[in-house]
Amino acid sequence: MIYKGNVWKFGRDIDTDAIIPARYLKTSDPAELGKHCMEDADPEFVHKMKKGDIIVADENFGCGSSREHAPISIKAAGISCVIAKSFARIFYRNAINTGLAILESAEAVDGITAGDEIQVDTDKGEITNLTTGKVYYAKPFPEFIDNIIKQGGLISYVREKVKTPVG
Amino acid sequence: MGMTITEKILAAHAEKDRVSPGDLINVKLDLVLGNDITAPIAIKEFRQIGVDRVFDKDKVAIVPDHFAPNKDIDSAEQCSMVRQFAHEQDLTNYFEVGRMGIEHALLPEQGLVLPGDAVIGADSHTCTYGALGIFSTGVGSTDLAAAMATGETWLKVPSSIKFIFKGHLNPWVTGKDLILYTIGKIGVDGALYQAMEFTGEAISSLSIDSRLSMCNMAIEAGGKSGIIAPDNKTLDYVEGRSHRTFTAYHSDEDAAYAATYEWDVADIESQVAFPHLPSNTRGISDVGDVAIDQVVIGSCTNGRLEDLRIAAQVLKGHEVDKRVRCIVIPATQDIYRQAMKEGLIEIFVDAKAAVSTPTCGPCLGGHMGILAKGERALATTNRNFVGRMGHPESEVYLSGPAVAAASAIAGKITSPEEL
Ligand code: SF4
Repeated sequence: MIYKGNVWKFGRDIDTDAIIPARYLKTSDPAELGKHCMEDADPEFVHKMKKGDIIVADENFGCGSSREHAPISIKAAGISCVIAKSFARIFYRNAINTGLAILESAEAVDGITAGDEIQVDTDKGEITNLTTGKVYYAKPFPEFIDNIIKQGGLISYVREKVKTPVG
Repeated sequence: MGMTITEKILAAHAEKDRVSPGDLINVKLDLVLGNDITAPIAIKEFRQIGVDRVFDKDKVAIVPDHFAPNKDIDSAEQCSMVRQFAHEQDLTNYFEVGRMGIEHALLPEQGLVLPGDAVIGADSHTCTYGALGIFSTGVGSTDLAAAMATGETWLKVPSSIKFIFKGHLNPWVTGKDLILYTIGKIGVDGALYQAMEFTGEAISSLSIDSRLSMCNMAIEAGGKSGIIAPDNKTLDYVEGRSHRTFTAYHSDEDAAYAATYEWDVADIESQVAFPHLPSNTRGISDVGDVAIDQVVIGSCTNGRLEDLRIAAQVLKGHEVDKRVRCIVIPATQDIYRQAMKEGLIEIFVDAKAAVSTPTCGPCLGGHMGILAKGERALATTNRNFVGRMGHPESEVYLSGPAVAAASAIAGKITSPEEL
């Protein structure tokens, strides 16, 4: 997939309570969760961002709770992908499982400024800063995870698997 | 080359002779867990997989504990959905309000997780059970859905970090202080994707309750899991709680670690984490003057019997400061009953603390003690992120039960030694 959008930058250790505060976990409706995306990090975020925009953050993005509501809320708000120096591990799993595109690249994070327009080719892991012309490459996914992504997420992957039960 | 306890448990559950850090493996699970917040999404996903029944009705536990007893209509709907699913699937381990406790206190207490098990839960603090020599880790709702259908999950074998705690504990210092100290040293991503193995004579001297508090917060250092090798205390604890057979694994002498830290606990005093990260820790003697509006004693970190005993020991004969709301939440019904028998509840009520039925409640800003703008709480919980207990402009400080109870009396963050 190729995504193009403007960048919103965040610091390190952006936690799941900042991404989607627990007070909104009374529902699992994506549209509702999307309305409150990043609210405790930047209360105006959902009003300022445009569909297709990209979040760029420092280390340990998505730390804290296991709530899948976090990637769901980011995706529902219209963010096309998240680039970070590193992701907290449950968030990493959840993003892959829910089909939110994520990429890890410290160079890209350091080389991109808030407001830059960037283009991301998730198949190649290629991140192009259209504002500066610089190109960066994300760490490729392990093959196993790549397979889950190609099959359209964990549920489709498992659906295929349970069709041919053994024993 | 030997293996760590974590590698041994994972190898056994992947039906392999050995595994190494970085290996991607399929793991057979002894228990999978969901709650009233994560299970609703998992149930929707489960319905799309194309199986009618969960893989084993004894091995799927569902605990409505976060917004239960239902705090409003929306959470009532979520609890109702998981209840219907639990009854439809005839789950053995569904815990209704009145039987329910906070999941990570409840499962070990009920003997549902045993040494050597591999467990996942759609809750980040699933790492708690490592205290009994279990590999357990938090996952998301979709992972839970897949595991409910297949009884398996994929995992990357983590490398391990060894933490050796030498020496004898200072007065009032518990597992919570050791883990806050550790997170303060290594940071909130200091153990990212890794297993944290706690060992040393100070760990052996800890009660099981204190060990559970420690492993509970492995996630706050970014860890995939926390683990403590089983010893006689562990075996005594699990004795009589289950009829299932289990295996006690131990790390080999020549197992490989990504890093090793060694600390003398004589240098560790009671710890307090300042807003807004659990790594923002200070020794109690460096806290200074911090007035508080609320104290919460409870949660899956510190709502166990040992914690209530310590809090009662400090509160006995005192009263909570008039400007402070002190809320005590026993983590399970068994803990509640035992606290009543021992007279702890009476001490709390006499001290003018409010005692609640088991629930996560204020820990995640759900209900039972939400903070207003500008308010400050000291809590025995595990996270002090922005807005965790209420208004985004409120503050949460973290400590163990002794400091929390002393602070409720003093109206500011205080060591029990100063009362
Ligand atoms: S007590 Fe707090 S940390 Fe523990 S499971 Fe409940 S909400 Fe999560």
